[in-house]
Parts: sequence; structure tokens; C-alpha cells
Amino acid sequence: MSAHRVTITVNGEPMEREIESRLLLVHFLREELGLTGTHIGCDTTSCGACTVLLDGRPAKSCTVFAVAADGAEVTTVEGLANGGLHPIQQAFMECHGLQCGFCTPGMMLTSKALIEENPDPSEADVRWGISGNLCRCTGYVNIVKAVQQAAATIRSEAGEEADHA
Amino acid sequence: MMRFRVARPPAVVDLRRVPDLSGLREQDDHLWVGAMTRQAEVEKSDVTRSRYPLLADAARVIADPVVRNLATVGGNVAHADPGNDLPAVMLAYRATMCTVGYPDRSAGSLAGDGPRSLPLAPEKREISADDFFTGPFETALGEGEILTGIRIPAPDAGSGGAYAKLERKVGDYAVAAVAVQLRIEGGKVAEAGVALTNVGLTVIRASGAEKALIGSDGGEAALDAAGAAAAEAAEPMADARGSEAYKRAVVRTLTFRAASKAIARARGGAA
Amino acid sequence: MPECRGLGHSVLRKEDPRFLRGQGRYIDDITLPGMLYLDIARSPYAHAKITRIPEVDELGVPGVAAIITGKVLDQYKLAWMPTLMSDQQMVLPIDTVKYQQQEVAAVVATSRYAAADGVAALEGLIEYDPLPVVVDPHKALEPGATKVRDDKESNHIFHWEHGDLEATEKALADADVVVEQAMHLPRIHVASIETCGCLASWNPVEGHLTLYLTTQAPHAIRTVVALVTAHLGLAEHKIRVISPDIGGGFGGKVPVYPGYVIATAASVVTGKPVKWIEDRSENLAADSFARDYHMTAKLGAKDGKVTALKLDTVADHGYSDAAANPSKFPAGLFHVASGSYDLEAAHVAVDGVYTNKPPGGIAYRCSFRVTEAVHAIERMVDLLARESGEDPADFRLRNFIPKESFPYTSALGWEYDSGDYEAALVKAMDMIGYHELRAEQAEKRERGELMGLGISSFTEIVGAGPSKSFDILGIKMFDSAEIRIHPTGKAIARFGTKSQGQGHETTYAQIIAEELGIPPEDIAVEEGDTDTAPYGLGTYASRSTPTAGAAASIASRKIRAKAKKIAAHLLEADEADLEWEQGRFFVKGSPDRGKTIQDIAFAAYTNHPQGMEAGLEAISYYDPPNLTFPFGSYICCVDIDRGTGEVSIRRFVAVDDCGVRINPMIVDGQIHGGLTMGMAPALMEEISYDADGNIHGGNFTEYLVPTAMETPKWELGETVTPSPHHPIGAKGVGESATVGAPAAIVNAVVDALWHLGVRHVEIPITPQRVWGLLDKHGAALYR
Repeated sequence: MSAHRVTITVNGEPMEREIESRLLLVHFLREELGLTGTHIGCDTTSCGACTVLLDGRPAKSCTVFAVAADGAEVTTVEGLANGGLHPIQQAFMECHGLQCGFCTPGMMLTSKALIEENPDPSEADVRWGISGNLCRCTGYVNIVKAVQQAAATIRSEAGEEADHA
Repeated sequence: MMRFRVARPPAVVDLRRVPDLSGLREQDDHLWVGAMTRQAEVEKSDVTRSRYPLLADAARVIADPVVRNLATVGGNVAHADPGNDLPAVMLAYRATMCTVGYPDRSAGSLAGDGPRSLPLAPEKREISADDFFTGPFETALGEGEILTGIRIPAPDAGSGGAYAKLERKVGDYAVAAVAVQLRIEGGKVAEAGVALTNVGLTVIRASGAEKALIGSDGGEAALDAAGAAAAEAAEPMADARGSEAYKRAVVRTLTFRAASKAIARARGGAA
Repeated sequence: MPECRGLGHSVLRKEDPRFLRGQGRYIDDITLPGMLYLDIARSPYAHAKITRIPEVDELGVPGVAAIITGKVLDQYKLAWMPTLMSDQQMVLPIDTVKYQQQEVAAVVATSRYAAADGVAALEGLIEYDPLPVVVDPHKALEPGATKVRDDKESNHIFHWEHGDLEATEKALADADVVVEQAMHLPRIHVASIETCGCLASWNPVEGHLTLYLTTQAPHAIRTVVALVTAHLGLAEHKIRVISPDIGGGFGGKVPVYPGYVIATAASVVTGKPVKWIEDRSENLAADSFARDYHMTAKLGAKDGKVTALKLDTVADHGYSDAAANPSKFPAGLFHVASGSYDLEAAHVAVDGVYTNKPPGGIAYRCSFRVTEAVHAIERMVDLLARESGEDPADFRLRNFIPKESFPYTSALGWEYDSGDYEAALVKAMDMIGYHELRAEQAEKRERGELMGLGISSFTEIVGAGPSKSFDILGIKMFDSAEIRIHPTGKAIARFGTKSQGQGHETTYAQIIAEELGIPPEDIAVEEGDTDTAPYGLGTYASRSTPTAGAAASIASRKIRAKAKKIAAHLLEADEADLEWEQGRFFVKGSPDRGKTIQDIAFAAYTNHPQGMEAGLEAISYYDPPNLTFPFGSYICCVDIDRGTGEVSIRRFVAVDDCGVRINPMIVDGQIHGGLTMGMAPALMEEISYDADGNIHGGNFTEYLVPTAMETPKWELGETVTPSPHHPIGAKGVGESATVGAPAAIVNAVVDALWHLGVRHVEIPITPQRVWGLLDKHGAALYR
């Protein structure tokens, strides 16, 4: 098994490590870096609990070799907010969009990219957008509500910034 | 495959940094789809949505939205799982698979511990979709060869396409799916490509369904006939997704629906 | 006085900030220095003799420290463990495996990947002689069937029955309409998104074991571990079970799995902490299943009045009866099957059977087989209504137990605490526009379109339980709360239950807030550590609010009683002259003369009366006088695609009555989730086996957990009928929806197809199953 020296920028900070070629990105994050907010829920790339942003796009980190993320930027749930709560986190709390919390990090990161791509998503858009992430607790109703509320907050913040500019 | 140790490759090559393997480019008479193009890009591109709706339809129902951010067109095509959606699309479009490499050399003879000089310049090949898919998980690609991209013929005026898939949930392989691409000229179907996903050991061209459509007015009788012919062309096996009879029935229904949508699109002016 | 948001407030959850920041601490997030990893080799056969397990040197995998086999465990008398139903279950086999994916041997290694490499090598080297397999429980009961268990005389585990057979048969004979239907509720799996796992840490110097475990019942587990390891010198005071944040439980984290025991043994053998985290495939293929009841029901009516139910069941338990039921109830609370109806007589019988499948019989978000019971009665009532030529809504309204009859003793002997079934159904009908939808259905039928309406008016039975009937291996099913008020008026409260996402930290804080006037944010809630929390039986079967929630009330009231004495002392008033308003005692007639609970707390440590002990704390072990009986009416509207057989839920209205609602936001969330886990087995989820015992549905590509796309937008309504015996009138709510929803969906599909001659459809109602019915009745379309 060959070893590789990689540099992966995680939550804005470059992380250089010597790793085994088969190491999965999710294990790199959880075990090399101790970022345990990214979870593992299956072995078939189905559940999305391990979703992180890889160069800004949601990716299932259980199905990415860490070496394949060499040079990339990764955002995990730990990097979602700079102190305080990101509007998505705030909305998930206010709308009761989480129960056991296990799928939540992946769900929020998928939602972040969804809102960036579609700032005013309909209920159908959100359901479609999060359909690669399984939740067993909430029945999705409040997750959908949370994503729409977060999108509204982000739109109004962007509007305010534009007004100030 | 690797996770369950079904495949245990001695080496895995990351193609991300090979130039020109990724992206969608509209050329004079075709759309170039690089093998490393992400399915999400295909799904969301204005070009596919407006001019190649069959491709956009199919990209939208492969796996799930997060998987599609990393999954590639080339992977879906070259893996040649009978459940993969894009082989049928390529057949319906009569697309051309473009390859590079050493088709006659085994991967083993190319792999090695250090750099070695290869005796010959790599060969480029163009393979029609019909010749490309040779069996379950088998294609015309040699072991020393990779898919670089796909040329999809630019649709002429009056063309339309659609992909209809029945899946048990998002992320599932198709119970059955049908790709239809056709062109209408003077009120009659002038050309048609119909291909079936996951109802045989490999992707199936439903020639009978194509014949039923060509020359017809695209009315319900023709669509029914196409559906019946497609169901006959299917070679499904019973599994958890359904019995043989059920899968044939679904092919029949989905052929009607995909063809009906393709015709509406052709008549609506949108490719 | 701080604002106190007690009962009825949608307080945002106290546990959320850590989950939202990725700071939850789940089992796989915990690491200990020098930790080893355990992984398990599993059987490819459903029944086989193991002829060879290699030695560790033969693997040739770097990093692998040891192979643990049944023979190794047998030296410590740990190769077998008792189940909750007093059966035996292998931890690791000594020579024979009984189901596919059964644990065969374990590998301990220095890393996760090395352990997996070791298992891959090991699985390639283990040799077997396959044996005949029995998969079908009916065939398992036939004479001469392959015997699953070498230590038993046959595959028949138990016969259990309840009710008055003679009266039931007489009532059925006298009935003018009797309907009969066989139905199977197939095997399903809770599939919480977090799988199971543990981290066992044995300290050889102190003879102390710390066990981090994904468990819904940490205290009971500690006692069980102490009992089964006593011969090795372990004792309960030297065992600490810690249940960290749990990524969903739903009943799947009640049992003790072999992996926990193997990891513990491995830690003892190696002297190092050992972590075992199962893969999803292992979770689905080997952890406890739910359901698998083959039921035959008969329901009779006379003069339009439903009179008697007879329910006979073959229960497939796999190779061991490892059901998670209260010990006196081999079929759980299945005998709530008379449901919401005023029957003259009923009789329920269950025969448990061994087959070559994984053991289990857990709940899948249900209180001990209640879903099976509700499915039976709600399907049968629908069938009876239709066969009597009556609308199923009208038929139900006429046959419900009238609200004046509560408390009501059912034909099967339960005392239902409270209910108003008519109000819930009428509300659901209004919300969905029942009569308008019936009119639309008639029009659509004319055009050949298929739509259906289905009702389920369920009665749940939760909150086990009164200790006179309910125990687990002799331990009574009470639950506990311990509340300690700090000098500054803040508090810590600890419970014997364990949240898996239900929001206990918030709900319990609100109960205490209601009782004592201390705001929820001033109350820390802890559960899951057996060294600190009071003893309790854990969280499952919707029992936390009925038991530990009640304990929170009672403990708070004990504190209030002492607080009153302190207040009297501070106010120099007679205790009898004090009155309580939330958060404050004051002198009757002089509302200005009062002391807040915070003032009183401070005094409890600084200025308490002579002769009184200092401090302000209380503990309650609450033994409920009865179970609680939540109920509701659900109405589902489906459309069916004649070309593919797909069923789509257009609307689903759920009116739930769980008594007093503590946190309406959390209650709604529980119902949303429960409905989704009711829909899933109705339409999608199933674990099945072929004739050789090969599993189908053993990973997430084949076990179909619904995404947001398959899940409808649930519409909720409520009625509130308080429990008369619970201190705050609350009932459990976590599971009602899972229990009630499937029958509504099945009834809707049958309703859509009734005019074609369809009378029943088995679950999961897959497109191919519906298409088969359409085809059979000449209604399939190819467009």
C-alpha cells in the first residue's frame, strides 16, 4: 500500500498529512483531523451522513479517497459558521429540523449548496435537493421548512448587504 | 465494488488531472461530453436542458443529487452495469464513444513499478454506441484503453427526446427505463432511437419500437405499437424489482410515455 | 421572576446547539489511548457446521493482534448469552452457524482498516459444511422439518393465548357478517442512521469495566452484564455503562448484540480498550429485526355492530427468541388488538417459531407488537365495513368505544385510561374533506382513474408499566428522576431513561419548569451514565414521558413541599397560609409577601430552618398505576398509476391525541417521524430470505429507507384528552404514528381497487404488487 503526502484545505486551514492511498476522506477528517461532526451511516453511498463540501459541492466523503481530495478545499459542519450559528444552523434549530442529529451535518451542508444554487427554493426543489441524504427521525417536513427559512434569511442578509454597498 | 472487495484492483488511477477529459462543448454537428464530466453538470447545463433533454432527463434520475456531483458520465457509460442509465441514452442518440490507449494490451502489461516507455503511440478509436456495450459490465474498451468522451449528434430541427424511468426510490437502479430520441418531419416520425435500461444483461436497442414509430404520425396507436415492440425486445429477469412480466409491462408503459413526451418536445420546438 | 416556559411551549431544544455544530458525541466519536479495533467475520450460509477457523498467523495481515472464536469465549463461559425472553443466543458459535451473516469469529487489530483486512482474510479461510435450511415458519412447524435448534425438541418456541375463546367463537357463530383475512407483516429493520457499536475498556488493575454503548437502556444492560460476568469476578459497582449521544434508536438499540460482548471479552483479553462499530450491512443483516407476524384474523358483526375478534398468529423469531418484550409477555402487548372498538369478546393466540434467520423481535418504533395488533384490527374493521356495504368512516363512528365509557375495560382485559375516538375521526374527516374526496373518487372511477381513501383509528398502549405486571428479567419497569437545585436556583436533573433524538433534555426541563417555576434553560438534564443517573429501565415503547416524565413531576413536587417549609421559615408565616404560583410561594391575602424558588434554593443552603437538612433535592422512582392509551385517526388519500402500479400518497391527515402536550414542536416532530416510519414498511421496506436463507434487503441499496422525495407532506391535527392518572395528563407519542399509519395506507390502496374485486394487499405495497392486482383484475394500462 503506497503512501502519499497530501495537502487538503479543511475549513480554510491547509492540512498536510502522509496517508495510505486507500484512506477514505471521511476517515481522514474524522480520524486524522479529529473532526467527528462528519458521520458514517452506511457502506453503499446511500445515506449522505458523511456529506461534506468538496470545492463547494456536496460530496459523500465515504466514497472519495483522501488522496483524490489532494489540493481541494473541504468544508465540514465544524466550518459552517465562524462562531455563532450559520443561518442554516439557526433555521434547523428554530424549525426543529433535527432530532437525533446524526444526519444533520450532512443535511445542512447539502442544503448550503442547494441555497447557493437556488436562493429561493420551492418545497419540491428542497425535497429534490436533499434526496441524497437520509433522515430517519424527522420525516423531512421540518427539514424542508428549515431550508426554506434559511434561504429566506440568506436572501434578506444578501439584500441588506447590497443596500449597504 | 472496492468497498465490498468485489473488485480488488492492484492500482487505482485518478484521472482528474488529465486535461480535456471534462466538460460539455457544443461543436458544429455534435455535443462533446468529456468522460470526466460530472453528472450534475449535465443535469444542470442550459445546453442539455434546451437542446438535449433526453440527456438532461436521464442525468436527473441517476443515483441521487449528492452522488451526481462526483459521478461522471464516462463512469456511468464505461462501467456498463445494465442498471446504469446513460448507455440507453447513448444508444437512443446513436452517439459515438471516443477512446484512447492501447486496446490490445492488457492493463497488467501496462502497470508497473516505475515509468516505462511504451512501444507505440496510443491509439484513438471511435466506437458506435451499438458496438460499445458488449455485455454485463463489459464494453469494447480494451484493458489498456480509456474512454475520453462521447459525441452526441446535434439534433436537427423537429427533434425531441425523453427518458422515462421507474425507480423504487431516489438512488435506486431502474425497475426499467426507456430512452427515446426522435425527429419529426412533415408530421411524421422520420427518425427514432429507442433503448432500454436494466431489462437485460446489457442495454438493449428496441429496434421494433423504432420501426413502429418511424413513418407514423406519432399518435397513440403508434405509441402503443412501439410500447408493445419494446416490451418484446426486453429480456428482463425476475428480481426484487419485479417479475419478468411486470418489467415487460413497465417497459411498455414507459415507452409510450417517453415517446409521447419526446413527440411533444419535438413538436414544441424544443429539440 | 424569570419567564418560565413549562407545558405547552415550543421551547427550542437545549440539545440542538451541539448537534448543529458537529459537537455531538456519538459512539464512534469516542477514542481512548491505545484503542484496538474489532471487526467480525460472518457466515455466508444460513445453516452450516464450521469445520475450520484458521489461526491468526495464517492470516498474514499486519496489525491483526488476535482472532476471537466461540471456543475462546467458551473458556470464559461467554459463548452463549441469555435473551430477554429467557432463551439462549450465541455470542460466537462453537461449531454451528444458524443464519446468514451470523458472527463466526472476530479480529482484533491496531486500526480499523487492518481489522477489516483481517476479516476479509479470515472469511476466505473459514470452512463450512452446509446444513439444510428452514426459512418458512409454517414449514418449520411441519412434522419432520429441519430442526433449527440442537438443544430443543422442535421449532415451536411457545404457544401463548389471551382472551375468552369460547365466548369469541360463540359470538362469531352468532354474527350475521364475518370476515376473515390472512396477513403478513414482514421483517423490517429500524435502520437508525447511526449503526450500533461500543467501546469496551477494561482496567485490569482496578478490575473495572467502562462500556460506552449505543444503548437505549444503560442501567438494565449494566445489571445484565454484572449477572452474566459474575463468575469472572465482575461486579455491578465496577461496571460503568455510558450511553453517549445516540443517532436514532427506535428499539434497535435495546438488545445486547454479540459484538458488545465480544468487544468486552477482547478488552479483557488484550488489556486494551476495544472499539466495535458495525457497518450498515452488518446492522441490517444481523441486528434484531421487527415484525414478521403471520396473522389470520376473523371479525364478526351482528346488526351492524362489531362483536368479536379472533386472531391467530405464527411469529417467526429466527433462530432464537430474542424479542425485546416485558418478560411476562412473549407477544408483547399484541392483545391490545381489540383496538378502538367495543367488542363483546376477543381471543388472540401466538405461536413462536424458530427459523434459520437472525434472532430478534424488537419494536421498530412501536410499543411491543402494537403495530401488528393495530394493523389486524384496522384492516379487519375496514373489510367488515365494506362487506356490510357501509362507509368505513360511518362504520367506525358507530362502533367506537363511546367516550362516556372511559375508563374502559377492553374485551382483552386492558383498562383504557381515556379516549374520545369520535372527536379525532371527525376532525380528521373535516381536515381532509372526506366527503368531497369521496365525491371526487366516484367521478374518477367513472373515468377509469384510481384513487382511494383509507382510515386508521388506532389505540396505542404505552408507558410500561405498572410493576405488578411489567418487568424485564424481574426488574420492575418503573423509571426515575433525580433533581438537585443548586444554591443559585439552577438545577441538574438526571433520569433513568435515554434520549435517542426525542429531545428529553428539553421536555424534562419543561416538566420541571412547570412544576417548580425554574426556566428550562436553567436546568441541565443528564441521562445515560450509570455512575451518575438514577436507576431506570430506559427509553423505548414510548415510556419516557409516562414514566420518567411523571417521575420528574413527582420529584419536583417533593422539592416544592420542602421549599414550602423553607418559604414559611423565610416569610415567618405558617405553612398552611402559603400559596403557590408558578415559581413562587406567597402569603395568602398578601401577594407581595413571597419568596421565589430561587430565593428558597439559596436559603436551602444558607438559611434553612433549624432541624431541617440542608439542600434542595429529590428523587422519584415512578411506578405508573396504569399504562397510557394514546389514540388518533389517520386518513390517507392515494392515487394509483395504472401503467406502473405506483402508489402515491396525495394527502395524509393525522389527528393525534397524546393527552397534554409538553412541547408541541417536539410532539409534531415525533409524529412526522413516526408517520414516515409507518409509511416506509407499508410501501417500501422489507427484509426477506430466499429458500436457502440468503438475505435480501441487507444494505441500503436494497433496504429502501424513504428519502424526502418518497415522503409526503404530513398534515397534523390534534385533540387533547388528558390521561387521568399521569401527574401532568401526558401520554407517550413517539410511536403512535408508526403504529397507526400503515393500516391507513393499506386501507386506502384496497379502497382504490375495491370495485375491481380487490379485498386485501400485503405490505410492502410495491408497484409490482399493485400492478399484479391490476393485471389480475384486468385494469392494467400500458400508457
